[in-house]
Amino acid sequence: MKTKKVAFLGMCIALSMILSFVESQIPPLAAVPGVKMGLPNIVMVFMLYKVGAKETAIVSILRVFLVGILFGTPLSMIYSLAGATLSLIGMILLKKTNLFAHVTVSVAGGILHNIGQIATACIVMETAQIAYYLPVLFISGTIAGILIGLTAAMILKRLDKMKL
Amino acid sequence: MKKRDIILIASILAIAIALFLIVELTKEEGAGVTVKVDGVKIAEYSLSANGTYPLNGGTNILVIENGKAYLTDANCPDKLCVHQGKISMTGETITCLPNKLTVTVFGTEQSVDLVS
Repeated sequence: MKTKKVAFLGMCIALSMILSFVESQIPPLAAVPGVKMGLPNIVMVFMLYKVGAKETAIVSILRVFLVGILFGTPLSMIYSLAGATLSLIGMILLKKTNLFAHVTVSVAGGILHNIGQIATACIVMETAQIAYYLPVLFISGTIAGILIGLTAAMILKRLDKMKL
Repeated sequence: MKKRDIILIASILAIAIALFLIVELTKEEGAGVTVKVDGVKIAEYSLSANGTYPLNGGTNILVIENGKAYLTDANCPDKLCVHQGKISMTGETITCLPNKLTVTVFGTEQSVDLVS
């Protein structure tokens, strides 16, 4: 791995951690657990197109662990990990089809993140009642996904000439 | 952004709104609330009697007032469960993720064994 790439991936982890922190400082947007913007996903969508699936997966999982250790609890880490993993798998597969734009890949990532977290919450709390939040999360996840996808597309366009 | 993107996103939104409407339209006035911690039912309270109940050894405070249930305090920093507001229709749930606690409204068909 080239030094430049190592440095770049390190910067991506740092950036996604900062975005996680910024997001944790924003008061809850709605009274439903899991409604959030998903700012770190800007980095993931960007990396998916600019660097590659493997690197994106590594950075995403490392971010979950680092943010969990710094600002979270073991429980919050499990929720994040489930959401991030499902979201990653969905985004990588959808991107591989080459049929959809950044926005759609990002929307899929957002919604799958919510599904992963709710599924984990159902398992942890041993109740299916929380699935009650899913419709609201689908709507918020779609809106957030569109905004994140548009942002990532804009960044990709501006950094088009950047080489790794 | 191509046509198929718009179709896919629009259909996801349509499914979400349909699910939301199904949940909203099928709910009815509840009879009481069930409190679960870690999936285990710890208490049941009737919605027809007013009262204040500390839950789970005092981590969350449940208030029942005029047929509606809500949490007034929690020992977690973000207090999402308090912000979730009042519930009174069957299926509505207040969730506290840090304490693994849920408060769910049940309907009249369920047996009510009152603790209060």
